[in-house]
Amino acid sequence: MRGSQVIGEAAVRAGCRFYAGYPITPQNELPEFMSGAMADLEDGTFIQAESEIAAINMVIGASMAGARAMTSSSSPGISLKQEGISFLAGLELPAVIVNVMRGGPGLGNIAPSQGDYFQATRGGGHGDYRAIVLAPAHGQELADLTRDAFEYADRYRTPVMILADGMMGQMMEPVVFPDAVNPAKLPRKSWILDGARERPSRIIRSLILDTVEMEEHNWKLARKYRMISTEIPRAETYMTEDARLVVIAYGTAARIARGGIRRAREMGLKVGLLRPVTLWPFPDRAIREMSRLVKDFMVFEMNTGQMVEDVRLALEGRSAVHFYGRPGGIISTPDEVGKAISSLYYRQHLKEGP
Amino acid sequence: MEELVFTRPRYLKKAPFHYCPGCGHSIIHRLVAEVIEELGIGDRTIGVPPAGCAVIAYDYFDVDMGEAPHGRGPAVATGIKRILPDRIVFSYQGDGDIAAIGTAETIHAANRGENITVIFVNNSCYGMTGGQMAPTTLLGQNSTTTPGGRDARRDGAPIDLSEILALTRGAVYIERTAVSSLKNIMRTKKAITKAFKTQMEGKGFSLVEILSPCPTNWKMSTIDACRRIDESVVQTFPLKVIKDETG
Repeated sequence: MRGSQVIGEAAVRAGCRFYAGYPITPQNELPEFMSGAMADLEDGTFIQAESEIAAINMVIGASMAGARAMTSSSSPGISLKQEGISFLAGLELPAVIVNVMRGGPGLGNIAPSQGDYFQATRGGGHGDYRAIVLAPAHGQELADLTRDAFEYADRYRTPVMILADGMMGQMMEPVVFPDAVNPAKLPRKSWILDGARERPSRIIRSLILDTVEMEEHNWKLARKYRMISTEIPRAETYMTEDARLVVIAYGTAARIARGGIRRAREMGLKVGLLRPVTLWPFPDRAIREMSRLVKDFMVFEMNTGQMVEDVRLALEGRSAVHFYGRPGGIISTPDEVGKAISSLYYRQHLKEGP
Repeated sequence: MEELVFTRPRYLKKAPFHYCPGCGHSIIHRLVAEVIEELGIGDRTIGVPPAGCAVIAYDYFDVDMGEAPHGRGPAVATGIKRILPDRIVFSYQGDGDIAAIGTAETIHAANRGENITVIFVNNSCYGMTGGQMAPTTLLGQNSTTTPGGRDARRDGAPIDLSEILALTRGAVYIERTAVSSLKNIMRTKKAITKAFKTQMEGKGFSLVEILSPCPTNWKMSTIDACRRIDESVVQTFPLKVIKDETG
């Protein structure tokens, strides 16, 4: 299965019963898959919306009504959805948003990119909020993280973004799917709008004109984000045990970096990889702990340098942070990254170390 | 024996309206609440208020209410209705919300024939933000952004959104009424009833456009504002059944 379809199948198995989206390359396989999958379900809804904005707002409505709901798009379309994502955060509604990133800014191109890291991890829309951001790097993880995305969204009542790129969306890899969840068997949500039958009427709102109440709402959200930051940060390591240089990369870039690291290892260089799986919350503790032994980190991204800022913040000057990146939809080869690693390795005199 | 002949409708909360004196929202809120009560749908109705003067309609309607971003009411209502098709879902929107920033969401919800009801309150200005030009502002009408009056060549002419919506195949029932007189208020209630019934019978998209006075921003007394609707606004927006395919 293609990556986009893996996300779709995993969403259905996670109990997603509402999808709304708008065509944009390179993620059209996902809405196409969802149109068929929802038609096969008695309780499934697929809507091809008139716009990205309408799609995210339909997801808001479906989420209010209690459904596990999803939308997807690619970079320019995600910009349009940001209003709705801000509302999802303010209204405290669960939803899953997939961004299959492409080159930008503007229309950019349709090649794989990681240019939306800032937009994704800083919230993206207006107001004082965060969104959970998950970064799959292979087919199995597309399936597993899609399941996690729906679980996190419901657990924390907050929007969750799956941040992939055109490469992840197109690649074909074998996948073992988790068992299907029956949405009727999920725990009942106590806050949904389904008609005030034998209970008081409910309001789901983000407008809080009273400044004291608004401040309390902001602190309530902040407490939730702090809880998320302690509970779910995740990172994977590869060959870091004896590493003197650790590459930090996520998603497609992390896969390319693995190839580069293998080449460097063949040359006898002690290099490893730390791959953030959650981009927000950022796994800064894992990076900080590694800095006790590793004095040089190389951040590799398919952009001109975005996650590198979070790495610097995590390290607070404990180790040197270097950057290698290729924006614009250029996909580096493992050879190219291997060369960037080895030249940095020698430049930092790591070969001579103790 | 005393007989109770007038009281608060069951589905209006015991909260004083914040609307300006003479504003049509208070009347329209009451009419919608009366219709919900009379149709016996209060325990399965979900409302979607707009951004605008009626943004805190959820403080007044005693049914489940979910907030939509500015103009997105029909999209949010679509999501709710598709998940809960046996519930009654309505959006409540002003002219700026529905006919400017939310035009696309409205036209496409109507075109899909979403089985929802839209209450469209047309006061020919942006009330909450202080009386700027709305898409429905009449030619020559003064507003804070059309000093000297709306000029078609500069500002465009008022948009006939309800007539545009009537062209969509999914729209089943569209009527324009007013709350400028007792007679018009009774007609408005009849139209709201018919719109909700259209949805209850699963027939498709229904909308009632209601011409409503805004004495504050029109800088008129309530009586003069109602007179303006009857004498002037109806020239641009005539009161009529624009589309009825419920039969």
